[in-house]
Formats: sequence, structure tokens, C-alpha cells
Amino acid sequence: MTGGLSATAARTEGSLATLRRGLRMMPEFRRGLPATFALALLATTGRVVVPISVQQVIDRGLGAPGGPDLDLVRTVVLLSAVVVVVTAVAVYRMNVRLFRTTETALANLRVRAFRHVHDLSMLHQQGERRGSLVSRVTSDVDQLSVFMQWGGVLGLVSVGQLLVATVVMAVYSWQLTLLVLVCFVPLAIAVRAFARRLVVVYGVVRTRVGDVLAAVAESVVGAPTVRAYGVRARTAARIDAAIARHYRAQVDAQKVTAAVFVSGEFVAALANAAVVVVGVLLGLAGDITAGTLVAFLFLVTLFVAPVQTASEVLNEAQNAVAGFRRVLDVLDTEPDVRDPAVATPDRARQLPDGPLGVRFEHVAFRYAPGARPALDGVDLTIEPRRRVAVVGETGSGKTTFAKLVTRLMDPTGGRVLLGSDAGGWVPLTDVAFASLRSRVVMVPQDGFLFDASVAENVRYGRPGMTDDEVAAAFDELGLRGWVEGLPAGVATPVGQRGESLSAGERQLVAVARAYVADPHLLVLDEATSAVDPATEQRLTRALDTLTAGRTTLTIAHRLSTAERADEVLVVDAGHVVQRGPHAELVDAEGPYARLHASWRRSSAGEPEPAGLTP
Amino acid sequence: MSRRRDAVVRRGLRHIGRAVREQPGMFTLALLASSLYGAMTVASAWVIGEVTDRVLLPSFDDGVTTASALTLAALAIIGVAVLKIVGILGRRLFAGVMSYRLQAEYRRRVTGQYLRLPLSWHQRHPTGQLLSNANSDVESAWFFVAPLPFACGALVMIAITSVALVLTDPLLAVVGLVVFPLVFVANIVYSQVMSPRMQRAQQLRAEVSEIAHESFDAGLVVKTLGREDGETARFAVRADELRDGLVAVGRVRGLFDPMMEALPNLGTLAVLLIGAGRVADGATDAGELVSVAYLFTLLALPIRAIGWVLADLPRALAGFDRVTPVLEATGETPHGPDAAAGTPGGAAVALRDVGFAFEGAEQATLHGVTFDVPAGRTVAVVGPTGSGKSTLAGLLVRLVDPTDGAVLLDGVDLRRLREGEVSGQAAFVAQSAFLFDDTVRDNVTLGGPYGDDDVWAALRVAAADGFVSALPDGLDTRVGERGASLSGGQRQRLALARAVVRRPRLLVLDDATSAVDPAVEARILDALRGSDTPTTVVVVAYRQATIALADEVVWLEDGRAVARGTHDELLARVPGYAALVRAYQQAEVPA
Repeated sequence: MTGGLSATAARTEGSLATLRRGLRMMPEFRRGLPATFALALLATTGRVVVPISVQQVIDRGLGAPGGPDLDLVRTVVLLSAVVVVVTAVAVYRMNVRLFRTTETALANLRVRAFRHVHDLSMLHQQGERRGSLVSRVTSDVDQLSVFMQWGGVLGLVSVGQLLVATVVMAVYSWQLTLLVLVCFVPLAIAVRAFARRLVVVYGVVRTRVGDVLAAVAESVVGAPTVRAYGVRARTAARIDAAIARHYRAQVDAQKVTAAVFVSGEFVAALANAAVVVVGVLLGLAGDITAGTLVAFLFLVTLFVAPVQTASEVLNEAQNAVAGFRRVLDVLDTEPDVRDPAVATPDRARQLPDGPLGVRFEHVAFRYAPGARPALDGVDLTIEPRRRVAVVGETGSGKTTFAKLVTRLMDPTGGRVLLGSDAGGWVPLTDVAFASLRSRVVMVPQDGFLFDASVAENVRYGRPGMTDDEVAAAFDELGLRGWVEGLPAGVATPVGQRGESLSAGERQLVAVARAYVADPHLLVLDEATSAVDPATEQRLTRALDTLTAGRTTLTIAHRLSTAERADEVLVVDAGHVVQRGPHAELVDAEGPYARLHASWRRSSAGEPEPAGLTP
Repeated sequence: MSRRRDAVVRRGLRHIGRAVREQPGMFTLALLASSLYGAMTVASAWVIGEVTDRVLLPSFDDGVTTASALTLAALAIIGVAVLKIVGILGRRLFAGVMSYRLQAEYRRRVTGQYLRLPLSWHQRHPTGQLLSNANSDVESAWFFVAPLPFACGALVMIAITSVALVLTDPLLAVVGLVVFPLVFVANIVYSQVMSPRMQRAQQLRAEVSEIAHESFDAGLVVKTLGREDGETARFAVRADELRDGLVAVGRVRGLFDPMMEALPNLGTLAVLLIGAGRVADGATDAGELVSVAYLFTLLALPIRAIGWVLADLPRALAGFDRVTPVLEATGETPHGPDAAAGTPGGAAVALRDVGFAFEGAEQATLHGVTFDVPAGRTVAVVGPTGSGKSTLAGLLVRLVDPTDGAVLLDGVDLRRLREGEVSGQAAFVAQSAFLFDDTVRDNVTLGGPYGDDDVWAALRVAAADGFVSALPDGLDTRVGERGASLSGGQRQRLALARAVVRRPRLLVLDDATSAVDPAVEARILDALRGSDTPTTVVVVAYRQATIALADEVVWLEDGRAVARGTHDELLARVPGYAALVRAYQQAEVPA
């Protein structure tokens, strides 16, 4: 359960491999890259122009044979100033190009990942913690974007700067260049080691942040419990401990970061000192001039800066690559239930017109290979327009039933067909989603509502309806009174997840949503929560209207639902063990009679160890 | 607008002052280290100049050098660098520690308030808001502290540089006096242009995240209604807006970065131009020219640190403004001096003309509720949705205080009891069971003095022993955040065991048995009431099986206790009661 999508992909994949995989998925990003690189190269030439002019001014201006040549100084400075300004413009252009292409690419990546999550089967969506799926399309992509805006540009310019500085240094003096490079070799090795350490310490920081979040949540969500049991001090101690651990992790990480940073500084000083000593000796041998040597000192700072930047950016880069990998892993996860209209267009079919029946042929389902089958060897046919209640203990497999009929999952054995004897039967796996979703509708247990108006939520079942049509639908369901009692009628906002409405009222809206979708086959997963009596009555009436004339499969948790159905299917341990109208089954010896008796008991006030009633 | 800006600057400075006052030691250390860094940065430029003047140029001019001169030059460069490194290390560590300490301290204070403030305060604040107050708001309030000493050190550096420039050559100083303020002003303009754009991007990020949350939560609805395309389109609109917002941010930064780079470069060139003339005039020498030019290339970064602090201040203030109300909130639950009677057996509970209204609510939730629960009796509180049952349950264990009247435990007003007395006498189990991210054992004992036998006994009573013994580590199994690894029914049973293990004198169950079998429920009550000195039980109930366990029923309607009697009496006498009980019976859920 913890593994989910991310664990399956290769953990060992290197950063470069991730980047290559990512670039393949983001053609928008690749397209403008050569021009951006050209601008980056141009940008770095601006940086070497200052050291060059220092050298020119000292050697040829001040050190000119006939005394200082101020005209030459003026020319050099003016030319350099022009180059500096042109460079600035080039950098600006490069930045904007880079931001635009990366943001466009990332926005598209975000949208694709979002869509892909919806395409994954229920199994995947449940296996992955929902919060972590959300972070695939939010914080993981954000991290990439932040990195591109800070580190990406810096990194690009740094690489260019490193190259250009090296070339210019080599032109001035290959001996000194070699010297500088030798000084930096140990640094390059050290930075690699530090990078691994950084990944570890920042990983710890992230874990600790999560612990703090969880501990803080206890003081808020658990407020009544904390007070009722007088455990304030104990809870405070737990939170403080989490905060202290987080603090220590932060300080540890800071130590490593600081060490990485100063190692660059130290190597730069070593290089400078070495350049002075060797440079003077070389100068004495007549190999270089004073101006060249001074310019070289400037060039060393240009050479150091990118190395330091790299150590700064490294941690961000690791995070960004890790986030990138997580997003790509989602995109690389093949949905196991695919729309045939997309996957195998030549096999995709429409459902036959008219009422739909359901047929199971040797259907079996396991949630994981080797697990106990949730359903096994189920063979049955439900005729069109029948209202069937599926009952059974928790874990009997009745919910699996609903998921298979709506193709939220595919059976691991056998097949499910929809249709009728008159119109023909179509295997569910061949039905194009457009046809399936318009004809088969499920009302889930928790009729999720969006943070919008009642009308918006109903329209979700049939886009494009007017408010009047929505009101009319409520009217037909016998819910006019309820709608009129709302502060703003159908325009009343329902709040986040519909929380401004009661659980029962949310179900009313969910029923209306299914009603306007006008399906031929309805699958109802009945809610288990208690609903106040007035709403309960409305719900019952609305459900009667909704199910009238439609094939209906209800996963029943209530006695009354089973009693009203045309037929009851009793599921036990993955098998359909009984089938028939309530009236027949209740008198027959068997699981249904037992289930029924237990229902009766819990509602009639006869708890089992008798004698407790006053 | 500009006055508002002034206000932000003034408040920002005050906020900086607050940070310094909270952590004076760390700030001083970080500032000293930053100043050392600043001074050494200037010194490194000076050393380069001196080396040029005294070692490089003479050697090149004369064609000879001495080993001692070269060694001295190398040592000077490395010595200054080492001091600079000490400065950097100190600055980073102390500034980091200062910022992290502030974060930790304010998190402790905020959560301390969460634990101290009464439940009525909690009810007025959305959970999400409280969580972000303690987390992201605290973080953003002190984020600017990390570069703060660096920025202060930069000020020191600018001061040293200005003095050094004036002493070296007043004319060259003019260049510095133009470039430094320019860099500074550019930074301020930048932060002011940037902060609204950053806020907008942040806002859009939140919206994108909200849609993703909602849409994935609605996964089943989206899938079964075939609305993936519609949802994707809805998400894409916001994602594109976010893209545009981020590009707008990038545009400003994309302009600012090269400007910040070009300004010191142009300064260096100006120094060369003017300096060459001065050298020609003999007013200064080449070494000084080099050191001033070198300085300009080194100063750009520290000056930007000032910009970082300034740019982050609006966000810091916004975060701090959200945290302040929590820190300043008052309304601690006052406790009295009395001890509870402490006699063994059930407590006698009495409500005297109790009224309760939520703050700001137009209508009271409860009015003039008066009834007694004699010691050892079990009373069910029944009523339609919104009749005030849960509020009543909370009043009995002093989760909230009544606005009128009094709740008495063994004849003593709950408000007169010492802290910890009520929770020592009474146990409360809420509708939705709350578990801590801890072991099964600790969730039952909550640190109380109960041995494993007590815990297992309580688990048995709550019918939780079966699943707990099947858990991989038994009592030591961690239940995850809010008990995430358990089912709703299992969580509820652990919460019941937590109440049972205390052998409370008063047990209040607020619809706390909805997910357990009626037989288990009966067993729990039986265990508590079975002794010679039975526990007093008040139970908010819906199902008949639960109601049937009570000696008496109090019928609540619109916040008033309208009727009281046995179940059968009320069935016969109160039409509303009869209707409600029958309706639930119809809608009953199997256990």
C-alpha cells in the first residue's frame, strides 16, 4: 500500500537519465534550447570583458611606452561599456526566453499529469495517498519551476562562464590556467561527496517537517480529546519534541551547506596565491605581463563563482530532479483500465440503445496477485429495468461488484457484459468510455460535491443545463420544497466538499446529479451515515423517481432498500449465495434470513445479552 | 499608496527589531561574523592592490623578486581568505540558528496557545487556518532572518568601503557614491515591483492546488460521470494562469539580475576611466586603482543581500499578522480552587437552567435546560439534528462553559473545580474518534498509570482486543496519523477503551458507538455499571438499541429539554420522539 506508483519506478535512475526522460516528455522545452544556449554564451562574454579591460588599461594604457595613453583607455572603457550593456540585454532576453519556455512546458506537464491521475484506475488512486497525488501536480512541479527560475538560469550561465573564463585564461597563460585547474580538482571531488551528504540531511529535514505538521495537527484536530482527558502537558511535550527534532535537523543541514560553500572560497584563495607566486616567476621569465597577471586574478573570481553557485544550487537541483522523477513516474504508470476508443479504436463499440442489463460470466477479482479473491466464479444476468439490491457483510465483495459493473476496475478473470437480449451484449472492455459514462452512472457512497452552487453540482451530470432546468429536475424528484428552503435556491453555494449541507442533503444533490445524467443503468452505493428523518423521507422519494424505469443495482446497507427491491442478491465471501425477492428469501433458511434478523435486532432495541433493558 | 509603502517599511523595520530582540545573542554573533566577512572582503581587494603595487609591478619593472616578498603575498591572500571563511561560516551558522530558533519558538508559542485556549475559540477558527498559522505563517514570518545579518554586514562593508574610497582618492569615491546608492535603489524598486507579482503567483499556486485536491477527492464522481475532460479543462485554465503569473515574475527577475550585474561592472569601468587619468596625473597609483576596481566586483553580492531582506519583508509581515491574533488571543479556561468529592462510584450530575450560545450566533443553542442525573444512572439524550445534543454533551465535561446557568458535578459547579479535576472524574468519547499518532497502548492510557492488564481489560470491554492482538506489534503497534491505519470502527473502539480504562465516575458518549455492534455497546455499559458503585452514563444516541440501554431518556427539541421519562413513556407521550425513533428504525444501518 505504501509503495504505490513511485516505488515501482527505478529508484536507482540517475539524475541525467531523469532529465533525458523528462526532456523527451517536454518537446516545448527542447525547441528553443539552442538559441537560449547561444544567448547564454553571449551573456558570459560580458563577464570577461571587465578583466580584459583591466589588463588592457594597465598594460597598454598606463604602461604605454611614452607615458599613460588616455585615449586608448577611453576607447577600451567605452567599448567595454557597450559590451556590458549588450550583455545585459542578452541576459534579459535569455532569461525571458527560458522562463517562458520552461513555464509553458511545466504547465503542460502539470495538466498532463493531472489528466493521467484521473485516467489511472481506482486501484491506483487508492493505493497512492491522495495528498501525495496532489503534490505530483502541485509542489513537485512548483519545485521544478522555482528551480528553473533560480538555479536553472544560474546553472546555465555558470557553465558558460566557466567555459569562457577557462578559454580566456588559457589565451592569457596556459601555465597559470593549468595551475588554477589543478587547484580546483580536489574541490570538484569534494563537492560531489558533499552533494550526497546534502541529499541525506535535507531528506531528514523534510521528514521532520512532516512530523511537526502531524504533531501540530493533533493540537487542533484533537482539541476536544486533549481537553476531555486533561492531557495538555503531554500533548505539548509531544509537539515540542517534534519541533526540537526539526530544529536540530535544520541546523545539521545548515552546517553541511556552509561547509560546501566555504570550501570553494578556500580553494579560490589558494588559487589566487598560487597565481601570484607562479605568475611573478613566469613574468620574470618574460612569459606574461603585469596586466595579464592582474587580469588573471580577476578571472579566477569568475572561475570560482560558478563553482560556488553550483554548490548552492546543488541541493535545489537534487530536490527538483527528485520531484521531476515523481511526476514522470506518474506519467509512466500505465492505466490498467483504458478507454478502448483511445487504446484500440477499431475494437471500440457503442452500447446498444434502450434499457441495459448486466451479465457476469465466470467473473473473478483479486485486489492483488495471490490475495484472497474478492469475487470468485460469479455468473449471473440482470434483466433490463430490474431493481436489484446487493447485500452482504462488510468485506463480502458487494462493493467490488459495483466497481466491476461501472468498469472502475477490470475483472481478473471472466468478463462483464452490458446490453440486452434484444439489442445484443457488449463486453464492457470494448465499450467506448463516452458511451459507457453517458449510459451507466454510479452514485458513490459519499456523494462528493464541489465547492460551487447546488445548480453547478447538478449540472456536473449534464453540462449546459440552465438553472431553470436544474430547478425543474428537483421538482420532478419531489425536492421542490427542499430547494425552496435553501437560502438562495439552486444558486446556494454548498461550501467545500458540500460541507454547508448536511450529509443527507449532499445525497439529495448527488441523486439529482445522477438524475439529470439520465442513465440507463444506475449503480447506487448506499450511504451508511445516519440521516435525519425529514431528509430521509425526501431521499427515499427522490430515489424512487430516480430508479423508476432504469436498471438499478444498489449496494444496500439498509433493510428498507433490500425490502423494496425487485430482487436481492446475497454476496458472501466472494460468491453469490442467494438470489430472489425479499419476501422469498426472508423466510428461507440461509444467510439472508440471518442478515435480516441482525438488522431487525439493531433497529428494534434488543441488544443481544438480554436483560439489560430496564 | 506611498504612505502605505512607508507604513510597510516602518512596520518592516519594527519586525526586524523584534527578531533582533528575540534572539539578541545569535544576532550579535551573526552580525560580528558578517562584519568580519565584510571587512575581509574589502581587505581582500586591498591585499590584491597591495600585492600588485608592492610585489607584481616592482618585480616586473625590476626583473627580480625575493622569495620573502612572494611568500608574504601568498600568505596575505590566504590569511585574509581564512578570516573571510571564518566570517562566512559564522554568518551562515548563526543566522541559520537564529532563524530556526525563531521558527521553533513561535511554533511552540502558537501550539501552546492552541492547547491553552478554550474549545469555543477553536470552534470559531477553521482547522486549515490554524494549521497554516503554526506552519507556513510562522515560517514566512521569520524567513528573512537568514539573510538579515548578511545584509547588516553589507551595510558595514559599504561604510568601510566608502571611508576607504574617500581616503584613497576622493574622485574615485564619487563613482562609489553613485553606484552603491543606485544598486540599493534598484533593489528597493525591485522588491516593490516583485512582491505583488509574487503574491499573485502564490495565490494562483494555492488555487491550482485546491482544484487538484478537490478533483482527486472527487475521483469517483469524475470517473463515473466521464468528466475527465471537463476537469482537465478546469485545471488547465488555472495552470495556464499560474504559468502567466510565473512568467510575469520571471520577467522582472530576468531584468533585475543582469542589471545588478551590469551596474558594478559599469562602476569598475568608470573607475578605470577616471583612475587612469588620476594615475597619469600622479594623484594615485596603479595598485590603488586595481584594488578599487576589484572591490566593485566583490561588493555586488553583499549589497543584494539587503535586497533579499527587503523583498521578503512584506511576506514576513503578512505571515506575522496572521500569527499575532493567535498569540494575543485570551480566554483561558479559568479553574476554581475546589477538589471533586472523589467518592467511589458514579457522580451525580445536575444542570441548572443551562443556556448556551455560540459566540456571534443569533440564536442560543440551548435555553434553560435543567435536569438531574442521579449517581449511577444512565440517561440517553435524544433529539432531532441541531437540537443541541452535542453541545450539551460537551458542557457536561466542561469542553465549553454555559453562557447561563451552571453544570454541577456532585453539587459543585464545574467552574469551581481545580484544573484536571473534571478530566479526572469524567470521560468523554466524541462522535468522531480522535487517535494520536502513537502506539495502541499510549492511545488508551494517554500516559496514565495503567498496566498492560488494565489496557487489555479495557480493550476487551470495547471489543477491541480481537483486532489489536492481530496487529503486527500488538499494543505497541503505531496507529499512524489520526489512526489512519485503522478502520473507523476500530478507531471508535480504541477511543471507547480509552474511556473505559479510566473507570470514570461519569461517562459521556456523544454518539460514540455508531460504528460498533449494539451488543458491544451493551457490554461496555454493563461493565461500567455492573459494579456495586456504578458509573453515571450520559449517552447521546440515535439508535433504538442504544436508547434501550438507558434508564431514562431526556428529549431535546430546539435547545430545550422538553420531556423526560422512560423510553416507553416518551413513545406514548411525545409525538416528535415517537416519529424520530421510528424514522431511524426505518433507516437503520446494520452493525
